[in-house]
Amino acid sequence: MDAGTWRGIFTVLMLLLFVAVCIWAFSGRRKTDFEEASRLPLDEDDQNRPPA
Amino acid sequence: MAGSESYNDGVVRQFAVMTVVWGIVGMLVGVIIAAQLMWPALNFDVPWLSFGRLRPLHTNAVIFAFGGCALMATSLYVVQRTCHVRLFAGPLASFVFWGWQLIILLAAITLPLGLTQGKEYAELIWPIDLLIAVVWVAYGIVFFGTIAIRRVKHIYVANWFYGAFIITVALLHIVNSLAMPVDALLSYPIYAGVVDGMVQWWYGHNAVGFFLTAGFLGMMYYFVPKQAGRPIYSYRLSVVHFWALISIYMWAGPHHLHYTTLPDWAQSLGMVFSVLLLAPSWGGMINGIMTLSGAWHKLRTDPILKFMIVSLSFYGMSTFEGPMMSVKTVNALSHYTDWTIGHVHSGALGWVAMISMGCLYNLIPRVFGREQMYSEKLIDLHFWVSTIGVVLYIASMWIAGVMQGLMWRAVNDDGTLTYSFIESLEATYPYYAVRLLGGLVFLVGTLIMAYNVWKTIAEGEKNAMTPVIEPA
Repeated sequence: MDAGTWRGIFTVLMLLLFVAVCIWAFSGRRKTDFEEASRLPLDEDDQNRPPA
Repeated sequence: MAGSESYNDGVVRQFAVMTVVWGIVGMLVGVIIAAQLMWPALNFDVPWLSFGRLRPLHTNAVIFAFGGCALMATSLYVVQRTCHVRLFAGPLASFVFWGWQLIILLAAITLPLGLTQGKEYAELIWPIDLLIAVVWVAYGIVFFGTIAIRRVKHIYVANWFYGAFIITVALLHIVNSLAMPVDALLSYPIYAGVVDGMVQWWYGHNAVGFFLTAGFLGMMYYFVPKQAGRPIYSYRLSVVHFWALISIYMWAGPHHLHYTTLPDWAQSLGMVFSVLLLAPSWGGMINGIMTLSGAWHKLRTDPILKFMIVSLSFYGMSTFEGPMMSVKTVNALSHYTDWTIGHVHSGALGWVAMISMGCLYNLIPRVFGREQMYSEKLIDLHFWVSTIGVVLYIASMWIAGVMQGLMWRAVNDDGTLTYSFIESLEATYPYYAVRLLGGLVFLVGTLIMAYNVWKTIAEGEKNAMTPVIEPA
């Protein structure tokens, strides 16, 4: 196989990898995990401050 | 032991204060060299004050001193909060702070002396390069060590962006700085010719992509939700955003070498990847701005949110402009003109500086035991002053750049050039004046911030302790 064919295969693999990441991220099973994760910056409520 | 333990905010406080200090220094040097372009006599015939030496001092100060301190302050703050754990290896974190300040000091001495490697954004000589590598690895140990001992399962997306920034900058710095020392001050790169050029711009563009973008996106993913009081618009989009952005950025460097001796296929490859970058860049921008969806009224009253949302708008503008300028036919007009300077500053002032300022206004009261900044009115004033400064700066450079490009390519019927170079320079003077004004106005904004920060700290608690809280 010549270099061009390898590059073509590699490009397709990268495309499939990208599609796989999208499917993984948008699958329903991730929903609760992600919702929990997205609250992480907000966990620290504003009461958790050192006394002035 | 959550509850009895507190976050290590000492190093965060140090980096936050130095961000403001280096911001003023770096921007002041920028204003001085902008004035030198108008009035060349301002170098007073002193070699240390010549444009060629002060310009790298300006870029190093704003990128690595101002931007670097902002990234270190926020990353060390965010990683503790989102991992619900005290910083890993506290003494090492102090070493990172003092090491980084020493590097900045050495840069401020060597660059005006004319000691340079001659690589853009990698000018520092080899002994300083070694020191950077050591301090950077220590920074990585502190950051990733904290992630390793986290009390929550998930690694929050901001930490992914900060992590990519730390790993990639280490890689870029070491590969691009490989050199053969001749003596204590002089070295030669191990690369030659066009390979040296390609390595340099692989480094240079990824310095933009990972130092000036990925790290600041980490800031965005923590502080925009925090300030808006609502979670990020789409966490799923943030995952796709992360992988797409870091995979594509790596390949965009060759667009700095269009129409050079770099092989044509490499130039085209760089162009294609640069155009592709529009998609993840805008995905991230939309994710940040849409976090305010349903709460747009907060923009009317909250000047910190104004800083963040306007910085994201500038990010969107410059990441549209960048792919466009990387197209070879557009680049034929724009390259080597002041359009490039305008583009860089719409990113550097509009995005990088303004998101940092917004985040610092959120962070500083929290680490100094205050409810809020000393004056909300001064934040609002700073917002308007800096926005006007950026607009003056970039609008003048756009016009100047397009004009220069058109003058340089204009030919008469007989094939001779219509304009000499000096004629294009003369035509640029009015725009240099507007740019100087814009830069000066932006610097005034930073001074307003410094006063506000000073007053906040003066009335605040210098050793404030925030307890580590139990994960939700």
